[in-house]
Amino acid sequence: MQTKTFVIVLAAAVTALSTAAQAASADHGKSLFIQKGCWECHGTQGQGAVTGPRLAPDPIPLEAISNFVRNSDGPMPPYRREILSDSDLADIYAYLQSVPQPVDPKATPLLQQWADKPK
Amino acid sequence: MLDNKTLDFTIDPRDERCVDVLTREMKMARTSRPGVSRRGFMGGVAVGAAAAATTATEITAAASATEITAAAAAPAATASPAKPSALPPSAKTAAAETAAPADQLPVKGTPTSDFMVDVIKTFDIDYVAANPADSFRGLHESLITHGGNKTPELLTCMHEESSVAMAHGYFKIAGKPMLVLCHGTVGLQHASMAVYNAWCDQVPIVIIGGNDLDAAKRTPLVPTYHSAQDIGSIVRDYVKWDDMPVSAQHFAESFVRAYKLSMTAPHEPVMIALDAGLQEEALENHDKLKIPRYVPTAPPQGDTNAVREAARLLVNAENPVIVADRLARTPAGMGLLVQLAELLNAPVVDQLNRLNMPTTHYLCQTGRAQVLIHNADVIMGLELSDFFGTVNAFVDNGEYTQNPKTKAGAKLISISARDYYLKSNFQDFQRFQSVDVSIAADAEATLPALIEEVKRALPADRKGAIDARGDAMRKAWSETRARTLKAAGYAWDASPISTARLSAELWAQIKDADWSLVGSDRMISAWPTRLWPMEKHYHFIGGPGGYGMGYGAPAAVGAALANRAHGRLSVNIQTDGDMMYAPGVLWTAAHHHIPLLNVMHNNRGYHQEVMHVQRMADRRNRPLPNGPIGTQILGPNIDYAKLAQSMGWWASGPISDPNELAPALKRAVEVVKAGEPALVDVVTQPR
Repeated sequence: MQTKTFVIVLAAAVTALSTAAQAASADHGKSLFIQKGCWECHGTQGQGAVTGPRLAPDPIPLEAISNFVRNSDGPMPPYRREILSDSDLADIYAYLQSVPQPVDPKATPLLQQWADKPK
Repeated sequence: MLDNKTLDFTIDPRDERCVDVLTREMKMARTSRPGVSRRGFMGGVAVGAAAAATTATEITAAASATEITAAAAAPAATASPAKPSALPPSAKTAAAETAAPADQLPVKGTPTSDFMVDVIKTFDIDYVAANPADSFRGLHESLITHGGNKTPELLTCMHEESSVAMAHGYFKIAGKPMLVLCHGTVGLQHASMAVYNAWCDQVPIVIIGGNDLDAAKRTPLVPTYHSAQDIGSIVRDYVKWDDMPVSAQHFAESFVRAYKLSMTAPHEPVMIALDAGLQEEALENHDKLKIPRYVPTAPPQGDTNAVREAARLLVNAENPVIVADRLARTPAGMGLLVQLAELLNAPVVDQLNRLNMPTTHYLCQTGRAQVLIHNADVIMGLELSDFFGTVNAFVDNGEYTQNPKTKAGAKLISISARDYYLKSNFQDFQRFQSVDVSIAADAEATLPALIEEVKRALPADRKGAIDARGDAMRKAWSETRARTLKAAGYAWDASPISTARLSAELWAQIKDADWSLVGSDRMISAWPTRLWPMEKHYHFIGGPGGYGMGYGAPAAVGAALANRAHGRLSVNIQTDGDMMYAPGVLWTAAHHHIPLLNVMHNNRGYHQEVMHVQRMADRRNRPLPNGPIGTQILGPNIDYAKLAQSMGWWASGPISDPNELAPALKRAVEVVKAGEPALVDVVTQPR
């Protein structure tokens, strides 16, 4: 019975996410990314830092991000739906998908200055 | 007779506050006393020419006596009536602050503070940092007259926290202590956070706190507020030793002991409470006073059998890891660690409170700390401040999860001088961690013996495995470097500017100089220690120790002062929150011509704290209203270039476009190479 209920809830959650993802707004997601404090640890473009891993570009699937955001028991606190709705999370995801690709270190002189061999 | 050149300051006649303050000071001076004493030094300057100064005409008279420019004073005649910027002091307060007893007699004989300077001069102390105060006026006067203001030279500081933090940064380059004078009680209270940082970071500083013990002789009101039975109690929990000498001979012995203890491993700050009366009284039996000879204490080496056991574990380990924190208390420490690591081909994780391992060395594997510690069968910690945190994971998730990071059966070795010197109250000793071999000793002093024991214990049949480990480490180093470069390329053109881009642009401007990074890089994702080739001890000086904010700006100035003697280019990536604790240190740097490039990491917030508040809101399942409140430094945005310019720095910014960084940094480097401080304000990503 519990398993059945879990499957129904999970299916409903995935459906809600899918619906939200279809109508997602990257612009609104960018605002939310700042407003909800995501950028504090992950940077304004989700590039990552010592405080939080890289999220973009090429984010992992929305379902995986959602699962982590809702259930994190690590350094990042979990964000429940009262704090961050599925719709808002989908907008944030849309923003992360819109982040441009990084520069190529091999084509960037300022990064090539560090392409050393160990001594 | 006062040297007018020393009083060559200019009053801006357009500034009502200047006129008002000068007028008030002269009023106070007029009502105080006929002569000029040390206590009323600055007030007394005005007295001679401004006997009845309440009008603009009288201001002009004062100007002629004090080198205040006539141009500055003249327009004041037409200025609107001065408005008080603060309540004027009462006559009683003014007298307490400025008056000297009418029957004060000249000191006959040699002042005791002259002898104190003689004692101080037996040490190789180049500088004394102080914010001026009456409780050490006797010593202050002796330092600049009897002592000639040389070795030590006075550094004018604007906050005692800055004085101590400057001394903190200075030691980490100079390798010797600075002297700091603090006004007791309030000055030492200002200094106390910085003293705690130095304590946690094992940095020697000799602090003298002025105090006026004799209630029958000290001036009522302010000097009495600023006196205490025992000013040493303010910092006793985080200095190694303190004393309150009551005679000249006692001072000589106390000072030599204080210096000696401070410089004995583990290095720590020390404190001498110095009675104002003792400083000012005449010496008795001058010819019988003796200054004890200072002989440095040799640091303790580890017990031979324990060192031998450590070597046995290391040479037989499949995956040994060396973790170093404050190992390299001198430049020699780096060379010794390289020797040991190469003998074993053991990876080194540098926790970077000192630069222990060249970042370009194939065994410098700091970026792989987690996986290395997880797979290790032997972990040796060298002067770790937190062995527990090194081998255990803790998650602040409401359940306070903590699990070992190590695999079962991993052997732990510790060599640390902190094992035999702790205090109880403040928790800088961290959580308790049991280890398998515990060696109470100075790690740097113990490494030569450990290296010899490892050479003896290395079995011939281990050579192949150790060589293979070296090859694996070279490969891992290169892979880590490639990953780090790729990570640096994300948000490369972003605005606010990414901290990786900032670090790259800065490095391009300094790489050909003899440079020294005189601040921590923890707040910028550690890009410099991940990417800059740091091979010399002075290339990086670590952080504050106790994580007390307000350390960064003054410590950088102190370290830059020490680097100045070597002609090095000092660079600091300065966080905005830290800067605003006591920005007056910028003036100190300009005043003393200390060349330093401050690049502002201006992320306009206390970003680490944001997530603490968010964590509470999430745990309580309620949204934060309108984003972070109480953790941002916005509205108005602080203009750090103007702040620096106001205190005599060359400065540029704020810069938000990464393409504008290079020219600004290039110009700033030129200024610093010419011997002056420069600041570039860069609006940055949070980390």
